[in-house]
Amino acid sequence: MLRQTGVPAVEDLARVMPPEEVRRRGPVAIFECFERIPCDPCYWACKRGAVRPFKDINDLPGVDWERCNGCGLCVAACPGLAVFVVHEGYTDSTSLIKLPYEFLPLPEVGQVVEALDREGNCVGEARVVKVQRSREKVGTPVLWIEVERDLAHVVRNIAVAGGGQGE
Amino acid sequence: MLNPQVMVVGAGPAGMSAALAAAEWGARVLLVDLFSEPGGQLVKQTHKFFGSRGQYAGTRGIEIARLLGEKVRSHPGIDLLLDTQVLGYYPDGVLTMERSFNGESEYLKARPRRLVVCTGAQERPLAFPGNDLPGVYGAGAVQTLMNVHGVKPGRRAVMVGAGNIGLIISYQLRQAGVEVAAVVEAAPTIGGYAVHASKIRRLGIPILTSHSVKEARGERELEGVTVWRLDERWQGIPGTECDFEADVLCLAVGLSPLTELLWQAGCRMVYVPELGGHVPWRDEHQQTSVPGIFVAGDASGVEEASSAMVSGRIAGLAAAASLGLCPCYRELAREAHAQLEVLRAGPPGEKIRRGLARLGEVARAC
Amino acid sequence: MRIREHPILTFPARRKVTFFFEGRPLEGYEGEPIAAALHAAGIRVLRESPVLGRPRGFFCAVGNCSSCLMVVDGVPNVRVCVEKLREGMRVERQAGKGNLLAAVGGGRASGLDSGAALHGCGGEEGA
Repeated sequence: MLRQTGVPAVEDLARVMPPEEVRRRGPVAIFECFERIPCDPCYWACKRGAVRPFKDINDLPGVDWERCNGCGLCVAACPGLAVFVVHEGYTDSTSLIKLPYEFLPLPEVGQVVEALDREGNCVGEARVVKVQRSREKVGTPVLWIEVERDLAHVVRNIAVAGGGQGE
Repeated sequence: MLNPQVMVVGAGPAGMSAALAAAEWGARVLLVDLFSEPGGQLVKQTHKFFGSRGQYAGTRGIEIARLLGEKVRSHPGIDLLLDTQVLGYYPDGVLTMERSFNGESEYLKARPRRLVVCTGAQERPLAFPGNDLPGVYGAGAVQTLMNVHGVKPGRRAVMVGAGNIGLIISYQLRQAGVEVAAVVEAAPTIGGYAVHASKIRRLGIPILTSHSVKEARGERELEGVTVWRLDERWQGIPGTECDFEADVLCLAVGLSPLTELLWQAGCRMVYVPELGGHVPWRDEHQQTSVPGIFVAGDASGVEEASSAMVSGRIAGLAAAASLGLCPCYRELAREAHAQLEVLRAGPPGEKIRRGLARLGEVARAC
Repeated sequence: MRIREHPILTFPARRKVTFFFEGRPLEGYEGEPIAAALHAAGIRVLRESPVLGRPRGFFCAVGNCSSCLMVVDGVPNVRVCVEKLREGMRVERQAGKGNLLAAVGGGRASGLDSGAALHGCGGEEGA
């Protein structure tokens, strides 16, 4: 399915989902990385050793959930933009998602934007909690967005009304 | 007449790596490129590279171009000749060149002791009615226009090809503010990395597999694109047509190695579809059938830039070693070969492995 | 259409120059390929093909495909995807193969084909 559509199937996602008790505990990185390609920047990005050393650079990232605190350094580092941090229980009714966002205009903190799923469909609203820009322009900005709790594993992008790209 | 010990044609990832490797061991290197900046196609690659640390994984192509470019410029052993097109290779080992400056040009000649050809690859065209309309571009040309020159190709694009180039440039079109109506792929599956496909799907861009262009429409310029579904024999199915309004149609249907100099030099060429077409036979030192002529990067077989850097390094080291300049060649080459093996080990490297095996078989058969 | 703002790239400030397309003054940046300046001004038809007279535009951007040959300052067959823009250039659409003899001034060029003229043969040898 992924190879036909570019959208991971439920089974793909189930394979990379952290255990429930980990997700309940706090923010945690989810590696939506399903394909063996030569790549390992997530290993070098993690300051806590949560990404295990790669035996073969083509391996999928192995994660030590006990060490991941959901800091999101890997979100900005992943060349495939395939890592997201999810904090399911951000509040009683909302979850927090950290996602890479390489488009203009960048939203403002507090702004309400469209929440998009893995196919770019608008599935609700998201409130921007934080905008992390890297020191250099070539870095990947990371957005922290708050969404309804049942959208924690659905929303993977945003759109800013009247923009989102270019000019 | 210029008389470098090593001349490298093409200052892309392979050529810069080859020049640096040879100069590292004391060779006097002449590095020649058609464009005004070193970097080859890296200068428009705004995405981050995969691969390993040694090949700048996680760094954007534009940054790699800058980093390698600085090394090349600051190395005292490398003469960088930009804005210079190599015109031909002659039987006496002389290469002719045209250098442009301020609208003028001069004619230069060089007779290097060793030649490393890193001329890269060019985009393939695709046959369909209207494929010559202004607005139909090679995808890489659009990437150059946007990311190097800061100019948009148009307002709304259709991309043909869901390999890495088609997927990456679709994303970059959106970053430049160009709408992407669809990515059309003739094969039943997406050829590029899944992460690149997922990235553009999250932007709402559809990927139509088993589809191709039926025709491009427009009077003087492109106005629309008709695509249709393909059957198992890759023939269009009447009645499945779908029209997209578009003023940009990008063709990302593969690359062919640029090998004119190698043909001229009489290097033995072998047709290997997995490597992109005719490629020079070469040994494990990246040396072609003509002693003293080496090849690296896409000119030796279309692959990733990370592998191009490593094959360039091997060619540069080997060229230096053949001049008696690199005493540790064996060990350094072994390390580089190990890196190449790792880069080619996964499923995306399968085609390359098959192509290299075929190249080896052909060589043994003769 | 210029890209004003880009999420990753910064385009350095360059000197604006005036050039002429079919006699009409246009602005572009010094040193950019002529084709880029024309695109920025919305001009995408660059020549007419020699046999069928079909419009042709920018295609490969690397000087390989010959889709973008134009007449620049009277010289035909200039690859505008790689030729740099300079102040005051006169750029015209090329119809067919272009008149080379007119461009190089008569008999001297009688033995030249279009490719040779493009490469300005006869310059000095390098050091």
